[in-house]
Amino acid sequence: MLFELEAVEYSRSDALVLRGLSARLPAGASCVAGPSGSGKSTLLRLLNRLADPDSGRVRYRGEDVRDRDPLALRREVCLVPQLPALLEGTVEENLQFAASCAGREPDGGRLLELAGLDASFAARDAAKLSVGEQQRAMLARALAVEPRVLLLDEPTSALDEAARDAIEATLLDLRHRLEISTVLVTHDLAQARRMAEWVVRIDEGRTVEEGPVAEVLVA
Amino acid sequence: MTSSIEISLGEVAASLVLVVLAVALSLWRRADLERDIGVAVVRSIVQLTAIGYVIQAIFDEDSLALVAALIAVMVVFGAIQARQRARRVPRTFVPLLVALGVAGVSTLGLVVALGIFEPEPRFLVPVGGMVIGNAMTAAAVALNRLGDEMHDRAREIEATLALGATATQAATPTLRRALRSGTIALVDSTKTTGLIFFPGTMVGMLLAGADPTDAVRLQLILLYALLGSVAIAAVLATALSYRSFFTPAHQLREAPEP
Repeated sequence: MLFELEAVEYSRSDALVLRGLSARLPAGASCVAGPSGSGKSTLLRLLNRLADPDSGRVRYRGEDVRDRDPLALRREVCLVPQLPALLEGTVEENLQFAASCAGREPDGGRLLELAGLDASFAARDAAKLSVGEQQRAMLARALAVEPRVLLLDEPTSALDEAARDAIEATLLDLRHRLEISTVLVTHDLAQARRMAEWVVRIDEGRTVEEGPVAEVLVA
Repeated sequence: MTSSIEISLGEVAASLVLVVLAVALSLWRRADLERDIGVAVVRSIVQLTAIGYVIQAIFDEDSLALVAALIAVMVVFGAIQARQRARRVPRTFVPLLVALGVAGVSTLGLVVALGIFEPEPRFLVPVGGMVIGNAMTAAAVALNRLGDEMHDRAREIEATLALGATATQAATPTLRRALRSGTIALVDSTKTTGLIFFPGTMVGMLLAGADPTDAVRLQLILLYALLGSVAIAAVLATALSYRSFFTPAHQLREAPEP
């Protein structure tokens, strides 16, 4: 199993967000689906230790994530947040920064191509890109670290339908070309059907159901 | 030591006419500043009179130990004052003590070592006061900006941590902007000095009857000393404080709003 969560509790500002949540996420394309405020994004942040649970365990490939170096874990399990948050400067500078975190030299052209952007975007000011372009630049930046797992927090929530379809196609293509696992968070069950093989449905901080998409999300 | 100009208490009192004007303007424009102006005037009279007696006593004693004690007191009060202006940054008192102490001691040490000033109370006390006062303002502004940025840019910082960046790497752009904020006011005033305004030391020397060339040279020395000390204070205060926003596992203590 890629990730296992066991009786995880997490509170924020004295409000319980995750209430004894247990779930399994296998390698490949997984999805965490649920309504807004159900704790999906919080769950994702626990997977690469951007936060630690108040109680319970999170395991990655059988090992408690708290026994791993958080920096090495995050370079292996990279999170792309819901809203783009690039650093000031050009797209290329963002890629260089990300690659330097993992001690690598970025292949800017290839990274941009993987994320569905052409090479001319390298010199563009990150702040002047559209939201969809910024989201792709965020994806390219995450790929610069060469992760084994990508955690994607509602990557299309701020996009229109056409941009959403394009990002989905890019992500599907990426998974096949790079053979990396993805954990996608979404509130859209139709997107879960399109993008994942395994789904964990959560609500009010608890797992409602989990299993293969074909069985859990019967149309 | 004799002064070349004599100021009577009546003349000081007469200058309060301008304070009355400021209060009247505040009342007219409903700026609600009357109370603050009143407190500022009373505090300036009490504090400057008290420090005048203290400085006189130190000059009379001609004791470097008393100079060191006075500077230590200024550093402590400066750290307390600056901490109040950077409320969004946790645990800033010790970093501020270190920042102001190092800025003051290193700047004074350097100007003495270079032979610019004699190691005498009549040089060290006024220069120390200026250095620590400016360092305090720079550190407070830099920390204030650091606190605002760490909150306002939490998503950007966490997105960087999510790539495996260390807390230091994630905070570096924020630290850079905080340092600029802390030092830019003095850099700008140094650029415009002599054109748009005359700095205090030069004005004081000219009023006291000094040769303009000497007044300008002393002012340049002090401006450069201040530039060094504000940079030291802003860098140290922010560098020693930013880590309190992160856990040892390079997580933001206060996660961004979902």
